[in-house]
Amino acid sequence: MEQDLRRQVLNILEKNSRLSPAEIAVMTGTDEQTVADMISALEKEGIICGYHTLINWDKENDDSVTALIELKVTPQGGDGYNKIAEQIYQYPQVETLYLMSGAYDFLVLLRGKSIKDISLFVSENLASIEEVQSTATYFTLTKYKEQGVNLARKKQDGRMVITL
Amino acid sequence: MREFVTEKVKQIKPSGIRKFFDIVSEMPDAISLGVGEPDFDTPWHIREEGIRSLKAGKTFYTSNAGLMPLRQEISRYIEDRMQLTYDPASEIMVTVGGSEAIDIAFRTVLEPGDEVIIPEPAFVSYVPCVQLAGGVPVTIPLKAENAFRLKPRELEAAITPKTKVLLLSYPNNPTGAIMEKEDLEALLGIIEKHDLLVISDEIYSELTYNSRHVSIASLPGMRKRCVVINGFSKSYAMTGWRLGYALAPKEIMEQMVKLHQFAIMSSPTTSQYAAVSALKNGNSDVMEMRLAYDQRRRFLLHEMERLQIPCFEPRGAFYIFPDISEFGMSSEEFATELLREEKVAVVPGSAFGDCGEGFIRISYAYSIEELKAALARIEAFLKKIRQNK
Repeated sequence: MEQDLRRQVLNILEKNSRLSPAEIAVMTGTDEQTVADMISALEKEGIICGYHTLINWDKENDDSVTALIELKVTPQGGDGYNKIAEQIYQYPQVETLYLMSGAYDFLVLLRGKSIKDISLFVSENLASIEEVQSTATYFTLTKYKEQGVNLARKKQDGRMVITL
Repeated sequence: MREFVTEKVKQIKPSGIRKFFDIVSEMPDAISLGVGEPDFDTPWHIREEGIRSLKAGKTFYTSNAGLMPLRQEISRYIEDRMQLTYDPASEIMVTVGGSEAIDIAFRTVLEPGDEVIIPEPAFVSYVPCVQLAGGVPVTIPLKAENAFRLKPRELEAAITPKTKVLLLSYPNNPTGAIMEKEDLEALLGIIEKHDLLVISDEIYSELTYNSRHVSIASLPGMRKRCVVINGFSKSYAMTGWRLGYALAPKEIMEQMVKLHQFAIMSSPTTSQYAAVSALKNGNSDVMEMRLAYDQRRRFLLHEMERLQIPCFEPRGAFYIFPDISEFGMSSEEFATELLREEKVAVVPGSAFGDCGEGFIRISYAYSIEELKAALARIEAFLKKIRQNK
């Protein structure tokens, strides 16, 4: 049951982090203190990592560009991948960094001011890392869906206003 | 010119909230809590299966009783959920929504003058369907203090020598009431003593909170005197697909299939293919939606308590049925005022039978965010009318 509640709290917050512990307590049939304690524990454990807002920057007429970069690397020594990752994730332009299985090693998601800006970053800051063998850069054209939210089409209630 | 329309049809009362509906429809900025269908989209894998069947050219009639693979899945599902065995070949029929099954069931079993007991508040189609089938509806006004469950004494009191059928509709629209196993067991003796048929509309069976739905047909001696109605609309968010089903002993089902055959032919083929995927792969969707409804249910009940509006705790469907009698307005007046003042639409309880007077139906087939916005308006409205009292 405890695990169940924890999962419920996480799932609720993942969809809407603006709900208060009191509201979540009502929704899950427990008390506010329990939820508040659980949330601070989850924060401490690094399971809840932030309460961000999903923004469709394209609609805000923001000119910034996002790109996916695949990196192939030659790790050195036992902790090789982690050491390379550290060098990459320090840059504020790096929004997301994953170590991947398959044809390449790292997937880097970058946001930059322009295509030029990103190209420069890739050649000067990523390709120059000693262990990096090769890079492949893909620029995003349209974001249709992000974090489970459809950015392309706002959900409309297609139901009749009253049905019995 | 002659009068073409029959007296029987003219006698059918039109839906009581037509006027109210028209006002709401012309108010684009109103928040509606008046909808009786899920807010979720049909899960994608189900829609995809429908599309796949269309692409493969599956656009012909199916057998009258429905696609055999679908009937087999229904049989498996009912056995798993309700420990009931129905033969796919002779005891299961796929219908155009639960609605068709209700109509056909009544028409199959009613002789002129046979009485059908209908506990109210209830869904609006039972009474007219009974009348059109030549039967006589006998309604029982259920009580909020009994959590809108049917009590043996109430049933016994409504029985006459002409009583043939007991209609049960749990989890209930509009009250959200359920009948637990013990509640049903308490009725069995009376049902047997008076040799009644039970038509049990269990369309909301998957939306039962904090307990498992029990079908009356699964209780001792009941299967042979039950027609069970269920469907895909509520549990799989498939209202527009128009697909339900009926389960009945062979002798009754044989006759029901005849009516279906001549009135409908067969249920929509695309919907039937999609429904196979619903039953095969849709369990996690059901669980996810049920959890979301349950969270909203708790939220609304808490809000009612905070606003000091009496409301019994519903344990099924996606409605709460609060008591608004303290304000000295009819439920239709209350709903109309709420709409006019704060632009929130709820359904007057009186739409579901006379004993629904003094109540309103609030649907929680809406996101928490929408419910919060609506509740803020309802709170403002209550403040106003309490001050003016």
